[in-house]
Amino acid sequence: MKYYPTIGIECHVQLSTKTKLFSEVDNDARGKEPNSCVSPIDYALPGMLPRLNGEAIKYAIRAGRAMNCEINAHSRFDRKHYFYPDSPKGYQITQFYHPIIGEGYVELPSGNKVRIEHAHLEGDAGKLTHFDSYSLVDLNRVDTPLIEIVSMPDIHSAKDAHDYVKALWRLMCYAEVTNGDLYNGNMRFDVNVSIAPEGSGTLGTRAEVKNLNSFKSVERAVEFEIKRQSKILDKGEKVIQETRGWNDATGETTSQRSKEEAKDYRYMPEPDIPPINLSKEFIDEESAKLPLMPKDYKEKFGGIIADDILEVLLDYPALMKKLAEVKDAKRVSNWFASVLLAEEKSAEYLNDLPTAKQLDDLSEMTEKGELSSTGAKEVFLRLFDPEMSKRDARTIAKELNVIQENDLGELERIVDEVLADPATKQAQEDFKAGQEKVIGFLVGQVMKASQGKANPAVAQQILRKKLA
Amino acid sequence: MKIASKEVSAVSLVKEAFEKAKKYEDKHIFVSLNEENAIARAKEIDERIARGENVGRLAGVPYALKDNFLSKEGNTTASSLMLEPFHSPIDSTTVKKLEAEGAIMIGRTNMDSFAHGSSTENSYFGPTKNSIDDERVSGGSSGGSAVAVALDIVEFATGTDTGGSIRQPASFNGVYGLKPTYGTISRYGVVAMASSTDCVGFFTKTPDDMDLLMSICAGQDKTDMTTLPDYYNETPETEVKRIGIIKDFDNDAVDKNIRDALAKKVEFLENKGYEIVELEMPTLKYALAVYYIIVPAEISSNLSRHDGIRYGYRSKNAKDLGEIFSKSRNEGFMSENKRRIMVGNFVLSSGFYDAYYLKAQKARTKIIEEYNKAFEKVDFILMPVSPSPAFKLGEKVNDPVSMYLEDVMSVPTNLAGVPSLAVPAGKTKSGLPLGLQVVGPRRSDKNILKFAKVLEEDE
Repeated sequence: MKYYPTIGIECHVQLSTKTKLFSEVDNDARGKEPNSCVSPIDYALPGMLPRLNGEAIKYAIRAGRAMNCEINAHSRFDRKHYFYPDSPKGYQITQFYHPIIGEGYVELPSGNKVRIEHAHLEGDAGKLTHFDSYSLVDLNRVDTPLIEIVSMPDIHSAKDAHDYVKALWRLMCYAEVTNGDLYNGNMRFDVNVSIAPEGSGTLGTRAEVKNLNSFKSVERAVEFEIKRQSKILDKGEKVIQETRGWNDATGETTSQRSKEEAKDYRYMPEPDIPPINLSKEFIDEESAKLPLMPKDYKEKFGGIIADDILEVLLDYPALMKKLAEVKDAKRVSNWFASVLLAEEKSAEYLNDLPTAKQLDDLSEMTEKGELSSTGAKEVFLRLFDPEMSKRDARTIAKELNVIQENDLGELERIVDEVLADPATKQAQEDFKAGQEKVIGFLVGQVMKASQGKANPAVAQQILRKKLA
Repeated sequence: MKIASKEVSAVSLVKEAFEKAKKYEDKHIFVSLNEENAIARAKEIDERIARGENVGRLAGVPYALKDNFLSKEGNTTASSLMLEPFHSPIDSTTVKKLEAEGAIMIGRTNMDSFAHGSSTENSYFGPTKNSIDDERVSGGSSGGSAVAVALDIVEFATGTDTGGSIRQPASFNGVYGLKPTYGTISRYGVVAMASSTDCVGFFTKTPDDMDLLMSICAGQDKTDMTTLPDYYNETPETEVKRIGIIKDFDNDAVDKNIRDALAKKVEFLENKGYEIVELEMPTLKYALAVYYIIVPAEISSNLSRHDGIRYGYRSKNAKDLGEIFSKSRNEGFMSENKRRIMVGNFVLSSGFYDAYYLKAQKARTKIIEEYNKAFEKVDFILMPVSPSPAFKLGEKVNDPVSMYLEDVMSVPTNLAGVPSLAVPAGKTKSGLPLGLQVVGPRRSDKNILKFAKVLEEDE
């Protein structure tokens, strides 16, 4: 039988605020000792009270606006209770009843729209590492601000599921609310998949695949679930509603709980944080700070930058931002796509891009023919070299000795010199006799005499004129 | 404050306090004494006075700290096994403010474990005895603090009042006890009972002393988002003319001694020209039921952090993670703690939330509205704190409902967030202290204290 899949996705986004959601501790624990980014509040000493980070509210507004969402003027925090060593307070502070971000939508490349049901702010949990006879608890991540984005079940294919999470990732990166480092779990996806006979208009029983952290794993997990559930239904059996884990190595999902325990989180309004009331002015002001989104860049550069290059570069918000600053976006986009991204260390380079002025100078020199395309690429790469990156493009070009000689007078002098050299006598005669290809030899001699700085095209022109 | 005239040194005051504390050891007022630190602090203050430095408004004043305030000096246990021992790396905001003014903490006072109780009999360390009668309770949960002030061991003591925990012990021991407007004093660093009703307050011997402490400790604290901007020190003076009394509480459920004490004060006020207004506040009788839904819900949540993982008690019998949680909590909490956690978990559980917690919150709004209406008619309300004077040790401790009924007249103010001051109101024939409470609209704390000075004239 043919089945029609229905997919809803929950996405957790770690916000890159300076401090944590409820304390003034550094929110960036990358490379830090376990339990070193922890205050008495995060550690949940008795008598500690949460202190809401206003920056997170601003981030939430931007994230919401990036997804075309309503921002709720009134929102509130709630406590979600469970006992686990990764949750020092014994509850997570989240927004169960009144989330800050209301309905919206995300557009996919296919043209389909995925509606956002809501998105809310909450604190992340700590990290546990299990060993044979003991486990270690690291609370550095406790109460890192998260936004949980809940989609409507508007996705009906593995491809759209992939495109949705990728679109979300781009939106959150462009909104500058997250570092977007998927490898380190900055965004995590829970995917709900169900299937029903095509045309039946009903919804099947869903299985939830938790904690996916790449676009590809989302796509593969959905594909696997559709196949798995189809087989079950084909046999006339029933799909069990359950939570499943993803094994990236085998490409399979597996049941995570042998017996389904009914969880009761005993939600309760958080009495230590007053309700959040945002004025329209404040929401408008923060919404206006939303940086350019992917669609804005597409609009801006469509027809200027080749579509395939644009699509590649859109995965790098920093590059797009830079392109918006430079004069010759088309030329620079080519360098970005074919030179920078081809470099092994390109990921490192992205953190410290050349200034627009440096890139503009380089573009101009290339445009004027002062640099060959090879010379330009060489200078371009040096702009990322920590030793040279602070210098302007011309200085680097001079240092690399790649500026082409365009000065006609100087070039003529060099050509005359070459023509006066007895070693070229034979070649000159051959050319005059109609042997077209010896011009290459003569140009080569000019290049040699100019120590490679002559513009070969111009040199050839002069040679032809003189030998005519 | 009736303190150290300059002829008395801080050291001698502090030493005197310890002598008295030791004299009354049998009352079981203190969970721990802070002798070494206190004497060192007193010496430092004497030296600073000698150097002519400004030493603060409470310089050298000995005080007692309820055992649920975090302080870097000694251990904070909330009189429970669960936090035995717990050494805090930080000071609560109140401790910080008091000590910045030179106050010296003598010791930590006994309380019902985690402030759950109305007699201090639920302390893991055993009960505190009433200041004048060893067979009677001190009241609770801040029993130790009330007795420490009543017996003049210290000039003042801190307390917390979630449903009467300052006012009831104050009235059982004949001292002043203020539960301020909710949000007046920071809760940062105070072991939480019920976040939406917990208030930090004090026990003193005079309204003026209370005023001084309030002027020091009131005010917005960035570490407690529920604190109000400092209104206390900017309270406009209002003329008090009309005093309300609540008819519903004038019945046989209230001890005759207390009703007589109220009648006497009313007569005194009438003679002074105050207008006495009889109020009908029919929803107040539901306050206790509402309280015992909302408060246990918040208790069950706030006590979740005591899981045996990071600090405090961990069961030695635990074999796995589940048992670390369950056995540590089962052994570390006392029955009253567990009773409230159970009730709280029940009312918050899925399917019951709307019927209990949400409904209680709606009723709470009604109670607030009823107070608002009452304060359109009167300036303050004068009423009993509890149905009876100090009862006998053991009399109610095994009967939770009768113990909860102790709170029937004190909890409505906590639900409404309005301030209330317990004032001494004479004694029974056998010498047991009696108390009444003055309840005012939100942010009227300072004016209540002024009015208390009028009532004091009758003592």
